[in-house]
Amino acid sequence: MLSIFLLTAFNRALGTKALLISYKAFIDMLFVIPPIFVLLGLLDVWVPRDRMIKYMGEGSGLKGILLAFFIGSAAAGPLYAAFPVSAVFMQKGVSFRNVIIFIGAWSTTKIPMVLFEIESLGATFALTRLLVDIPGIIIIAMLLSKLVKENEIKDMYENAHKMSS
Amino acid sequence: MDSYIFYGITIVLLIFSFTKDREKSMAALKKGWRSFENILPEFLVVLLLIGVMLAVSSPQMISNILGKESGWIGVLLASLVGSVTLIPSFVAFPTALLLLEAGAGYMQIGALISTLMMVGLVTMPIEIKYFGKRMTILRNVFAFIFSFFVAFAIGKVVG
Repeated sequence: MLSIFLLTAFNRALGTKALLISYKAFIDMLFVIPPIFVLLGLLDVWVPRDRMIKYMGEGSGLKGILLAFFIGSAAAGPLYAAFPVSAVFMQKGVSFRNVIIFIGAWSTTKIPMVLFEIESLGATFALTRLLVDIPGIIIIAMLLSKLVKENEIKDMYENAHKMSS
Repeated sequence: MDSYIFYGITIVLLIFSFTKDREKSMAALKKGWRSFENILPEFLVVLLLIGVMLAVSSPQMISNILGKESGWIGVLLASLVGSVTLIPSFVAFPTALLLLEAGAGYMQIGALISTLMMVGLVTMPIEIKYFGKRMTILRNVFAFIFSFFVAFAIGKVVG
């Protein structure tokens, strides 16, 4: 916040430019964020916890991993929009590892983005990145679920309850 | 364009939900709104930061830093820039293309793109709110290290 004012004070043009860009980003965000929150609400209300656990919770195995990937890739919007969705997932009992995979997929394998990537940087670039990312995401998810302590995970999940109600 | 598809699907699902159970659907909307409210202040801060980021940097400047540099220093710089920035992909990819044409190496650009997507210094406040400090740092550090592998692979395959 402060930096914005300082910037505007120092350099009128830059400061105004920054605000304009933020404004445009805000409008762009308005296009993508509302549907996500509506879907979130719908997911929260309609998918019962045990159903979620069965498909994506602890011990759901390959099913959960694949689902996490698909849902993450089908997403739209910037990475930070994934966080509220993760909160609902956690609240519904999705396993920690799958949540991380979801976030990883959202950030790197988002389908609309990959398509654009192929268009601008070429299929070789995009596919290489994709192929390296997929195992990478899984490895990171596994590492994180091993390294983050039990009680921290518990706190996260409790926090998730607070965040989405 | 796919925003329309996204909105479309959401609206269809919403209508479907309303026909099935009015009360539940209202609850869903309320929950969604509540979650949005919870996170709005952080969102706004992030947006402001994006604005500053984009206003201050320019393809020119990025090109100067990464342009001729090849080798691991360039990769490191690219990773650092990618980690800090938060550029939407429809801006990032054309910029990457420009950089490539200006002479940046594929390995560096690979690092840039990967860190740009996965590591978010700017989004850390939000992430911490959801996941706590330690987990956020761990995830970002892993993503950062991982991006070097991505860079390497891209360099080998494409560069």
